Formats: sequence, C-alpha cells, structure tokens
Amino acid sequence: MKIFLPIYIFLVGAIALHLFQDKELQASMERGKEIYQDFCVTCHLPSGEGVANTFPPLAGSDYLLEKRESSIRAVKFGQQGEIVVNGVTYDNMMMNMGLEDEEVADVLNYILHSWGNEGGAMVTVEEVSAVSQ
Amino acid sequence: MKKSIHIMCLFVVLTQISCGQDPENEVNNAKITPFEAELLVDGLQIPWGLAFLPDGAMLITEKSGELIHFKNGKKTMVSNVPPVYNRGQGGLLDVAVHPDYIQNGWLYLSFASEEGPEKGGNTAIIRAKLDNMALVNIEKLYKATPNTTKGQHFGSRFAFDKEGYLYFSIGERGDRDTNPQDLSRDGGKIYRIHDDGRIPEDNPFIGQEDAVKAAYTYGNRNPQGMARHPQTGEIWIHEHGPRGGDEINIVKKGNNYGWPVITYGINYSGTPITDKTEMEGMTQPIHYWVPSIAPSGMTFVTSDKYRGWKGSLLVGSLSFQYLERLALDGTKVTQREKLMTDIGRVRNVVEGPDGIIYVAVEGKGIYRLNPVK
Repeated sequence: MKIFLPIYIFLVGAIALHLFQDKELQASMERGKEIYQDFCVTCHLPSGEGVANTFPPLAGSDYLLEKRESSIRAVKFGQQGEIVVNGVTYDNMMMNMGLEDEEVADVLNYILHSWGNEGGAMVTVEEVSAVSQ
Repeated sequence: MKKSIHIMCLFVVLTQISCGQDPENEVNNAKITPFEAELLVDGLQIPWGLAFLPDGAMLITEKSGELIHFKNGKKTMVSNVPPVYNRGQGGLLDVAVHPDYIQNGWLYLSFASEEGPEKGGNTAIIRAKLDNMALVNIEKLYKATPNTTKGQHFGSRFAFDKEGYLYFSIGERGDRDTNPQDLSRDGGKIYRIHDDGRIPEDNPFIGQEDAVKAAYTYGNRNPQGMARHPQTGEIWIHEHGPRGGDEINIVKKGNNYGWPVITYGINYSGTPITDKTEMEGMTQPIHYWVPSIAPSGMTFVTSDKYRGWKGSLLVGSLSFQYLERLALDGTKVTQREKLMTDIGRVRNVVEGPDGIIYVAVEGKGIYRLNPVK
C-alpha cells in the first residue's frame, strides 16, 4: 500500500504532464501550419513532398528526422550547399525566412509531426534560441 | 465487357482532351542557342534587381539588404541603404535608373519596409542619388499600408514609360480576399506616379473617394516582371499565379485583372480558388502558364545580337530553374523555348544598354550571355 501511493501520484503526474505537453504540441503545430502555408508551401508543397532533385521532401525525410540541429539551423538562418536527403543530393539554396524563434519552433513542430513524420520531442523556443549560425 | 468498352472510350476522350492543350503551353528545349553563358559576377545570394549606369557599371540588389556596385570586375558595397524588412519574400528588391540619369542622377529602389505603426512590413519606393558609393538625397515616394507579418507578395518591379511615368507593382501581401479587388487598399495593384512621387492627375481612380490614388490597375496577384514594349511603349507585366495560372498582362489604365475572382490556377493544396477563368469587366491575360514556372524578371530582346531572338520576351523561372524565351506575334505567344536548363533559380533577366542579356541566378550570380554567331 505504501508503495502504491507514490506510484499512483507519479503516474497521474506523468499522464498530466504528457497530456499538457500534447496540448502544447497541438497548439504549436496549429500555429506552425499557418507559417508553413505562408513561407514553405510554394517549394516544399502541401504534403511536404518537395520537388524531385530541386526541393528536398520534408515528409519521410531522413535528414530532417536524424539531423535535428541542422534542420533547426536551416529554418532559422537559411541553407546553402549540398545536402543529402533520402540518398538524393540537393545543391540549392533556401533563403533566410526571417522567422522569430517561436515561429521556427512552431513550423518545425508542424513539419516533424505531419504527413506520417514522427519527429520525437517537441521543439522548444529555448532549443531554437540555442542554435547559432 | 460493355463496361470496359465505355471505360476505353472515356480514356481515349480524356487523352485527347489532355493533348488538346494549346501549343503555346508547351515548352521545348532550344534547338539553337545563340549564346554562351559566362558567370560575370559571382558570389551572390538572391540578386533581385539589376540596373545599369551610363558608365557601364551595374547596380545589383541583394534581397538581404545590400546594394552592390559592380564595375571592371570589382564589387563595392553602396552605403546608407535604408534598413529592409528581410522576411519571407521581402527584403531589398528592385533597382532602376532614371531614363534621364545623366542629367538628374536619380536611382529608384523598392524594398520591404517596417515603417509605420503596425508590426510587419510592406512595400516602399524611394529615390536617391549615388555619391561616392553612398546613397544620398533619399526621398520616400511611396509606402504601402498597412504592415503585415505575412511573408508573401511584395511585387516591386519597376518600369518607366515613354512619357517618363514610373510604374511599379505591389503584390497582395498574402491577403488575396481583402486587397486586390478593393481600390481603397494597397496591394494587388500596379501603380503609376511621376518620377518625383507626385500622383498624375489623369490616374484612373483619382476621382474616387477612398481609392488609392496612385493605383493604375487592380486585381493583380504578385507581379515580379515588368518591361516596356520596345515598339508600342506599353508596360507589360507577368505575375505569379497560385498553383498554375501565372500570367502575362499588358497594363491598361483602370483595368481589373481579376485576381482572385478569376484565375487559371488552384490552391497549393489542390483545392479550387474559383471555378471561373473569365468574367465581364475583368481582363484576360495574353498568356498563362500551366503548370506555373514561377516567373521572375522580364525583358524584351531589342538588339540584333542573338540570332532569331529580336522581339522575343525573356522570363526567368524560379521553380523550374531555367530561362524562358517566348516568341511573339504581336501580343500572341507563338513559341516557348527553354534555355539554360537547370541553371538554378532564375531571379531576373535584363537587356543591358549594350544589347547584351544578363541573367541573375540565386546562389550563383549574374551571367552574361555572350552572343555566338
């Protein structure tokens, strides 16, 4: 019985935290969707499919899911030079969009949790702020 | 079996319909390329605007906010350029030289500006003089309102007509349902002003209360190509459509070009914007592109330097990364040709005073097309 109470409290706390984060993630994704449609959709297309050999896909992109910091840096400061996404080399340029850190986090949360992507933990504003050029 | 015959018939009909698209909407690789491209100015990011001074120097704008003077292989940064709102498609945009520059020394710049009480930015037009590699005598000629944090559609291309009026474009700033069809609001319009910013008394909406007096046309989406026709003197523009439906239009006083009420394009998501491609009182384009090439920059070829090109229109393609030549018969596009295939995002194309074509490519720089006989 003695052990039950701490476990119970821990579980309730964990669930509450999880639900709270989930809600926070949902809200961030909602905002991120708007940013996506404003700044990203023209090249990366509505379902993150990209354009073969020109604009890399965001849906199912190994780069995005494995290189989290580089992805944050690209959205925050722009990206130039060769990158390899799903075995295809892209050598193009993405301009600096001039987004605020919160917007970078929101749009990444949308991208990382849409179109079948399972992007792990929520991107926070603090995480974005910590990434330098 | 009967059913499969029906399906076969339907298939045949559909195939015929899809093949029945106008030949003007097919683009083919050029059979003859009367030039060799040479990278003249390298190390540029987004070379948005390009203009020539009488001494042969180039002025190049970088979207991030730098104005570059280029002469005899040497790049110099021009100082005292106003701060720009570098967000989304906004930044330092076009540059133009007054037709009578030798006499008056005026340069024109368009850029996204944060001036004003609201957060965000909107398109501004200034003129200034160049003194010792610095902008001086800066005068604000126009600033669109209100500011918005939206990243899209600043327009910003310039052209002077034969009478010396200055035309410029301002896109609808990502608010298509509010701006383009409302004459009391900035955006989604072509503007016409005197070279000192005064509004001409014969502008079409001058007598309408609440109207934006500098507006000359409306119902435009995001025109990023503008050029004066060498014979007729008319101002031609092209404008980005949504998904499909990029257009070439001829600027006519007071006309409504229909965005977003009529369009040949659809939403990026694939859903329709409208089922109408034409309506009374709204002007049809002289050409539209499906699929979109994302046109940026436009010039007429007026010189004889390139065999078979005189009288053609050259347009950059951002999305398909090539330079397009459109052969014209009057106002009709008779042929489309793909040049510089896969060169990169072509942001601008300009015919220099020397009759040579210069092409600005993102991430690369300015190419000079050296004529080949």
